[in-house]
Amino acid sequence: MNTAAVDNVASMPSASRPCPYREGDLLPAFKSAPISRAVIALFAGASNDHNPIHIDIDAARAAGLDDVFVQGMLPMAYLGRMLTDVFGQDALREFGVRFVNITYVHDALECIGRVETVEGIAGGWRVGVAVSAINPRGDLALSGDAVIELKS
Amino acid sequence: MVDTSHIGYRHPPHTVDVEAGKLRSFAKAIGETRSEYLDEAAARAAGYRALPAPPTYMFSLELDHPDPFALVRVLKIKLHHVLHGTQRFIYHRPVCAGDRITLQQTVEEVFEKNDGALGFVVVRTTATNQLGELAGEAVKTIVVRQKKAKAS
Repeated sequence: MNTAAVDNVASMPSASRPCPYREGDLLPAFKSAPISRAVIALFAGASNDHNPIHIDIDAARAAGLDDVFVQGMLPMAYLGRMLTDVFGQDALREFGVRFVNITYVHDALECIGRVETVEGIAGGWRVGVAVSAINPRGDLALSGDAVIELKS
Repeated sequence: MVDTSHIGYRHPPHTVDVEAGKLRSFAKAIGETRSEYLDEAAARAAGYRALPAPPTYMFSLELDHPDPFALVRVLKIKLHHVLHGTQRFIYHRPVCAGDRITLQQTVEEVFEKNDGALGFVVVRTTATNQLGELAGEAVKTIVVRQKKAKAS
């Protein structure tokens, strides 16, 4: 445990134990399976995103693309799973991403989370996490951040 | 061209039921394996009133509308020119199966970059539950690929 973080938290009268996370901690790695056309179709139905550009190759071609591409909200949901796996959904206060590069059919995404900030708040800690999803070409698909509040 | 006169536009609110079956379909589509997202009893054991909506589900509630792309039409944007630029969620209270959520979309910002090659529309959606409590907020940036503006 990082000594500076412990000292910091110990100075907060509300915290009875050190925060279990510290700056620089990596969340357990999370890698999706390659995203199939079936998954894209299922996600279109389940997420209510019926934009044909994701599910109808004719619509994609009419828009000047070679093929359909993955809804950005699917990799965002994968990042959400990474966060709730570790912290639980109740702890999540904010979660935002920027969609950097299109995710293509058959891409498997590597989801990465890193603790950036830990601060003491009344009754616990606020943890800032940077999140990103990397595609098989090594490019950033999404990048973003989350704010987590944990009870001490 | 995106039209700055839309700044402040409030789209007619719509109310949706959060359905357990749809939540399970969504959880399945994103590969979720945690039992509290799939099984009612497990959700209750984890402290939820009912199956919880995953972190990104608010976006799907927005699209759960007979005419989900109506706002895009109001903005006079062609759907196949639209990219999802950013998405952020702010969580105030859990959203669970059985809830009835009223969504209110407001256009917060409209601007252009790269000499008009790209248009940006920022939309904030509030999600209010059946008790009148603010459950969450969603903020998205819609990016519009548009023809480059002629030099005057």
